[in-house]
Amino acid sequence: MPMSIIKNTAFYALVVVIVVCAVFPFYYAIITSFRTGSAIFTIEYWPTSFSVANYVNVIAAGSFARNLLNSIIVSACVVTLSLLMAVTAAFALSRVRFRGRSLLLLTILSVSMFPQIAVLAGLFEIIRLLGLYNTLGGLIFSYMIFTLPFTVWVLTTFMRDLPVEIEEAAIVDGATPWVIVTRVFLPLMWPALATTGLLAFIAAWNEFLFALTFTSSTETRTVPVTIALFTGSSAHEVPWGIVMAASVIVTVPLVVLVLIFQRKIISGLTAGGVKG
Amino acid sequence: MTTIRMQDLRKSFGTFDVIKGVDLEIEPGEFMVFVGPSGCGKSTLLRLVAGLEDITSGTLAFDEKIVNSLTPSQRGIAMVFQSYALYPHMTVYDNMAFGLKLAKGSADDVKRRVHKAAEMLQITDYLDRLPKQLSGGQRQRVAIGRAIVRDPKVFLFDEPLSNLDAALRVATRLEIAKLHAKMHETTMIYVTHDQVEAMTLADRICVLRDGNVEQVGTPLELYEKPQSIFVAGFIGSPKMNFLTEEFADAYKTDILGVRPEHLEIKDKDGLWKGKLLLAENLGSETFLYIDIGAKEPLVVRQDGSAHQQPGELLCVAPVNNNIHRFDQSGRPAAN
Repeated sequence: MPMSIIKNTAFYALVVVIVVCAVFPFYYAIITSFRTGSAIFTIEYWPTSFSVANYVNVIAAGSFARNLLNSIIVSACVVTLSLLMAVTAAFALSRVRFRGRSLLLLTILSVSMFPQIAVLAGLFEIIRLLGLYNTLGGLIFSYMIFTLPFTVWVLTTFMRDLPVEIEEAAIVDGATPWVIVTRVFLPLMWPALATTGLLAFIAAWNEFLFALTFTSSTETRTVPVTIALFTGSSAHEVPWGIVMAASVIVTVPLVVLVLIFQRKIISGLTAGGVKG
Repeated sequence: MTTIRMQDLRKSFGTFDVIKGVDLEIEPGEFMVFVGPSGCGKSTLLRLVAGLEDITSGTLAFDEKIVNSLTPSQRGIAMVFQSYALYPHMTVYDNMAFGLKLAKGSADDVKRRVHKAAEMLQITDYLDRLPKQLSGGQRQRVAIGRAIVRDPKVFLFDEPLSNLDAALRVATRLEIAKLHAKMHETTMIYVTHDQVEAMTLADRICVLRDGNVEQVGTPLELYEKPQSIFVAGFIGSPKMNFLTEEFADAYKTDILGVRPEHLEIKDKDGLWKGKLLLAENLGSETFLYIDIGAKEPLVVRQDGSAHQQPGELLCVAPVNNNIHRFDQSGRPAAN
């Protein structure tokens, strides 16, 4: 009996430690964002004052709304394009037999091996060449480098596991490859699409290095860069209040997205199509 | 009414030949069953007819029109798969209507045909359910319904009963027999490894072995006049007894075949004598395994329950000289 109590206590203690480690930074960001003036610099673990002044300042200040919109546009485009390309590529890589298929699959995966900093200079030249420098297009293009390898890889493995008979039944029904992908496979792949789409969105939303390098004007920046470049009244002062408010604002969309899609991520849709 | 003609049909996967030159003609409206042990190429042959596999060489013609390079839907075939292969995210109605909608059928026409097929298979009550809410038997009916609505020229079945339990298998077999009676103008090909399904459903059976046609004929032809030891052993259950050496010599042949149901126990003067090893009593019939000194025990079928005990000495003889004689190569011996 005492043994199981100790075990239970230890288990929940561990859970508490993990939750605190994961949630505390965000919690502290929230309570700090509601403080103003010198209160920001006193260490208080409970909300002591409430003021939305930081939020008002952030939204009013310069181009933050514009930058938020940029982030949304870039991330949404990255997710849409990545999934579109990954689904079609996955169909070819999992269902069409051709020479060098596994080599191609490995090549795609190996692209994600390179650290961002290693490809930065080369990518900069390409983006300049394509005339995409300081445009959202340049960011969308460069983000595909890290979103495509894993979306293609995950969707290929997922599609490979879909029963061949369902595809053959669709062929007998007169479906073209495009119809098979869009009307038979896609509905079965929602869990995989939601998961990979969400990961791609988070990666694009948080990206900093490319966004910093490939943009030069405030109008084309995304939120992470904007937050990093916030300046206070003097060059040496970091405006923590505003930074925290902005951080909370950019985190909220991610939390909302995860909550919306969590059911899709969990659910398995293929049950019942084939035997069993 | 479609005639299917295969001429020297071949299929290889890499260097491995699966179908090694099949010549076969299937009559309009015929129910043809491909049967054979696993790995004999029966499913591959069906998939060649369906258009799911490319034909390596030879020609496949529907009504004199060569269809080698046509897609399955252009060929006008419908297929029922072993694992049902229903679309899991679509309702029963949508599963059945999918092909018709792709063929751009008018909404009224689609609805009418789906309901007609659903009534025929008694699945009207399930039309708005998802496949996962159905039992195995119901799923297979939906799969059959999906094939029927397309009003195919050729109807293909790939071991459709294999995933069902024994009782349901018999019931569904009956359904398929009824379906064939109703759609007597549609040519049907049915693949199975179960010889009972083959015997009960087929107009004609095609026995395949190692990618070659071993024999084609009506079920009774195959049962009464097997053209090889392979067919003789494959058709009939339990399988035919094969005797060699002194047993065969007495009948002036190399291999002597006698079916268990064509043997009877004699009180005395039996041709062969031996100890009873085992009696399998099924109530309606009993199978006796008798050691008469041949390589394998002789199987004898008796009506009703047997009263004999293992160890008992029994005399056996073929009824009415109902025997099959084969030469060394396994072909019927010339009389």
